[in-house]
Amino acid sequence: MSANPDNEISSLSELLTHAYAIEEDAIDRYHMLGDQMEVHNNHELAKLFRDLAGHEEKHAAEIKARAETIGLMNLKSSEYKWPDTEGPELAALDEAHYRMTPWHALQMALKAETRAFEFFDHIVNTVTDPEIKKWAEEFREEEAEHVTLVERLLEKNPEPPAGWADDDDPPNLQE
Amino acid sequence: MNVSAPLKASDFKSDLKPVWCPGCGDYHVLLSLTKALADLERKPEEVAVISGIGCSSRIPAYLKCYGFHGVHGRSLPLGTGLKVARPDMTVIVAGGDGDGFSIGGNHFLHACRRNIDLTYIVMDNRVYGMTKGQPSPTTEPDWDSALSPGGTGLNPFHPLVIALASGANFVARAFSGDIRGTTKLISDAVNHPGFSFIQILSPCVTFRPEQKEWKSAIHAPPVEATDDPARAARRIMTDDGFNVGVLYRGDRRPYKIGDGVEHKTVADLEQEFQI
Repeated sequence: MSANPDNEISSLSELLTHAYAIEEDAIDRYHMLGDQMEVHNNHELAKLFRDLAGHEEKHAAEIKARAETIGLMNLKSSEYKWPDTEGPELAALDEAHYRMTPWHALQMALKAETRAFEFFDHIVNTVTDPEIKKWAEEFREEEAEHVTLVERLLEKNPEPPAGWADDDDPPNLQE
Repeated sequence: MNVSAPLKASDFKSDLKPVWCPGCGDYHVLLSLTKALADLERKPEEVAVISGIGCSSRIPAYLKCYGFHGVHGRSLPLGTGLKVARPDMTVIVAGGDGDGFSIGGNHFLHACRRNIDLTYIVMDNRVYGMTKGQPSPTTEPDWDSALSPGGTGLNPFHPLVIALASGANFVARAFSGDIRGTTKLISDAVNHPGFSFIQILSPCVTFRPEQKEWKSAIHAPPVEATDDPARAARRIMTDDGFNVGVLYRGDRRPYKIGDGVEHKTVADLEQEFQI
């Protein structure tokens, strides 16, 4: 992540705005993936993505409640200080596959939660304002809990055997 | 005073679920387009997205603004007509490489030449995905598939150079996976007067799974955008095809209705047709 001081979170409201956007974007992303799986008749995965979205919804509501007195900022997409091309807690769309399994979805979620943890960890380690630091530590702690939760789910959903993507009637059949 | 909340990207998404393959680059383009429209602070009723035929041309259905899913290759005439009739609207024309450069190739040339104030986004995956993977105008000559054994051996169409040579006023290349960059390019293109063209490299994971590697090949252009078409052409012709960003930003005045023609009323025209 860039240590550019211009890219630093400079107020509590800005921190909460980023924290809330992380959750809101994650909700949209999981629903988008849920829609894809529904369209492609992978209903087990559709339900899993909806469940992940539901989890993020609870977290978003908590942040919104905490932000009530401080207020959230109205930022354009280019004004968010994300370290990468989009918010850190977003499952990568290009890793989706119509025959993906719960293990794949949870791997996507694990990467997303880890990136969110790293985002707040960076703020904790670079910000000078003690109040922003304190709140960022709390968000970091919550993301660490999410990482643990996804890791626990992964224990119950092991990696599928090779050939999980095999399809007797693949969509790219040209004959 | 009643101040309404600014629109978000999700306000531009329709309730229809896209039928694109999971992993398709067009999902990223949809996200970038909705983010750009929110950043531009346009209202849905001020925007029209016009498309032709193909996977990517489904995009108007997934947006909550005016849309027209038109005829194959004819999205630009539709968009041109709309912009001339309703210059107050933000007109975005979208589609794929087959639709835009083969079936609609002639319209592409003349839309650049006319320099109407609209934005043309081509989601280029170098294949006809919807019809099962035939080579498109931008397909590499040696791309081997069941439908083109050994490859076509044909020189690929170079849309950016052709746009430049034909008179487009803003020429850019984007990569679908770079959502922040693509969002910014779409906003810049819409804000730039005249005909703006963005070639968005958007992988087809079903027929061209090797395009997943584009993610690691993409890089920003080493120099700033130029307003010198000759310099821009040289740069585009000699780059590796993976430079993303604004490659040319011209200052040609956009076409306006009435340019070069005398304004006439219906009564005047009726008078001329009287025998």
